[in-house]
Amino acid sequence: MNTIPGRRLIISLFLVFLLLPIYWLVNMSFKTNTEIVSTMTLWPHQPTIANYMRIFTDESWYSGYINSLKYVVINTVISIAVALPAAYAFARYRFLGDKHLFFWLLSNRMAPAAVYALPFFNLYSAIGLFDTPWAVALAHCIFNIPLAVWILEGFVSSVPREIDETAFLDGYSFPRFFIKILVPLIASGIGVAAFFCFMFSWVELLLARTLTATEAKPISAIMTRTVSAAGMDWGLLAAAGVLTIIPGALVIWFVRNYIARGFALGRV
Amino acid sequence: MDKTINNKAWFLVLPVFLLVAFSAILPLMTVVNYSMQDTFGNNQFFWNGVGWFKELLDPSTDLGGRFLASLWRNLIFSAAILAIEVPLGIVVALAMPRQGWTVAFTLVVLALPLLIPWNVVGTIWQIFGRPDIGLFGYVLNHIGLDYNYVSNEADAWFTVILMDVWHWTSLVALLCYSGLKSIPDAYYQAAQIDGASRWAVFKAIQLPKMHRVLLIAVLLRFMDSFMIYTEPFVVTGGGPGNSTTFISIELVKIALGQFDLGKAAALSLVYNLIILIVCWVFYTIMTNAGAERRPVEGGA
Repeated sequence: MNTIPGRRLIISLFLVFLLLPIYWLVNMSFKTNTEIVSTMTLWPHQPTIANYMRIFTDESWYSGYINSLKYVVINTVISIAVALPAAYAFARYRFLGDKHLFFWLLSNRMAPAAVYALPFFNLYSAIGLFDTPWAVALAHCIFNIPLAVWILEGFVSSVPREIDETAFLDGYSFPRFFIKILVPLIASGIGVAAFFCFMFSWVELLLARTLTATEAKPISAIMTRTVSAAGMDWGLLAAAGVLTIIPGALVIWFVRNYIARGFALGRV
Repeated sequence: MDKTINNKAWFLVLPVFLLVAFSAILPLMTVVNYSMQDTFGNNQFFWNGVGWFKELLDPSTDLGGRFLASLWRNLIFSAAILAIEVPLGIVVALAMPRQGWTVAFTLVVLALPLLIPWNVVGTIWQIFGRPDIGLFGYVLNHIGLDYNYVSNEADAWFTVILMDVWHWTSLVALLCYSGLKSIPDAYYQAAQIDGASRWAVFKAIQLPKMHRVLLIAVLLRFMDSFMIYTEPFVVTGGGPGNSTTFISIELVKIALGQFDLGKAAALSLVYNLIILIVCWVFYTIMTNAGAERRPVEGGA
């Protein structure tokens, strides 16, 4: 009753549609360039791991992954840490300008990165953070903090307010209540918010590329540069692409049981 | 549930406010500053007043023409992907398996495209669509279609839209799925007793429950498609010609390509203003929808 006719066929077709381009990338990453260019083969006939070996042994390649992970992790930690108290405030209290503030935050989530690329470049050069993971992590805060506040506010609202009151009557100070009681209660919400922060920071390229030069260059920027300089090394490009998919796939696997609730941003 | 009025809550919001203000207001002031000036390089700036804005809003000038053209392209693009992704997302959500190991598997595969870096999404489709080495382009050309996204405008559009559908339909589907999951079984049983048709169940039970998440989905998809940059840039580079040059691509071309800071800044401000207005409209609709529904549902 609650599904539709032919649902198996529909969902199977859609999953194939999603997986086929990814399969093609994986397929190419195990091929030699000669095989890629000269023949059309549905699976690698002379499988090789040379493309992956090159990435793992060349520092200019694998450092890109480390740089990317650095700013993603810094950004996620900052976003969650500052968003938690704010989410509590928005969920529990009414204060001067709260609605306007919330809208202003939300509007920053929607601001196009292209607008901020150049001003950020000036700003972070001026304060000496240019070409460090901190610059990218702080820049990504502009869209991740509002999102984290938005998600966490939904989760905090679903905690009954009697719990706060009981804790305060029991003599809990505010910080102690926050860490000992509230945070464990919305642990899944924090997981979901962290997942989203990780996701949007990991997939963003324009700001990450603009704010780094050599030291902190993210993998996505290294991919575009090296490949065009070396002619088209399709196999290497594909291998690098496959390796950028893996951290995301791991994160999804860990949060798979929360995905449904998480995508509703704690608001269903 | 009534909230208590407490202005001390500002202290809890302060870190967020300061951090976001640092990354939003300071740079925006730089943009406003640039938008009023002209530069001939060497860090020499000249006052230009509202000159750039006049030029921007006048389609007969070069800047205005480019702005208007890319704005139209972007609006058509956003409308097209919304028209495809929202219905498709609902259908996929309705077709999701309800129990067993296939649920976890389907969820993971659905979420996969969302976590691929945007330039890699571009790379995947750039390769996939190539007639020589990509499966998709190869097959299309072998069944007799003359498909080449590098030289043909229609093919480039087709590729960019298909790529976006591939990339983001999952988001709509996952949002709708989480809305559907919150419907108690009792509703369906009641509908069955009443002898409601499949379509009636969808219209009377499922769609209202998805209403709120659908709004979120439409808002996110409109905004993100309106500021799309990386994916089409990697695949088509904005071409052939200017046929897939969306606003963000045009903006980056002017700002970082030609270093025409004044023009870029004026464009940025108008661009931001459009987004702010649309965002406000959605936000109002969303909060109103929430306020209407709250008494009926009795909380979360």
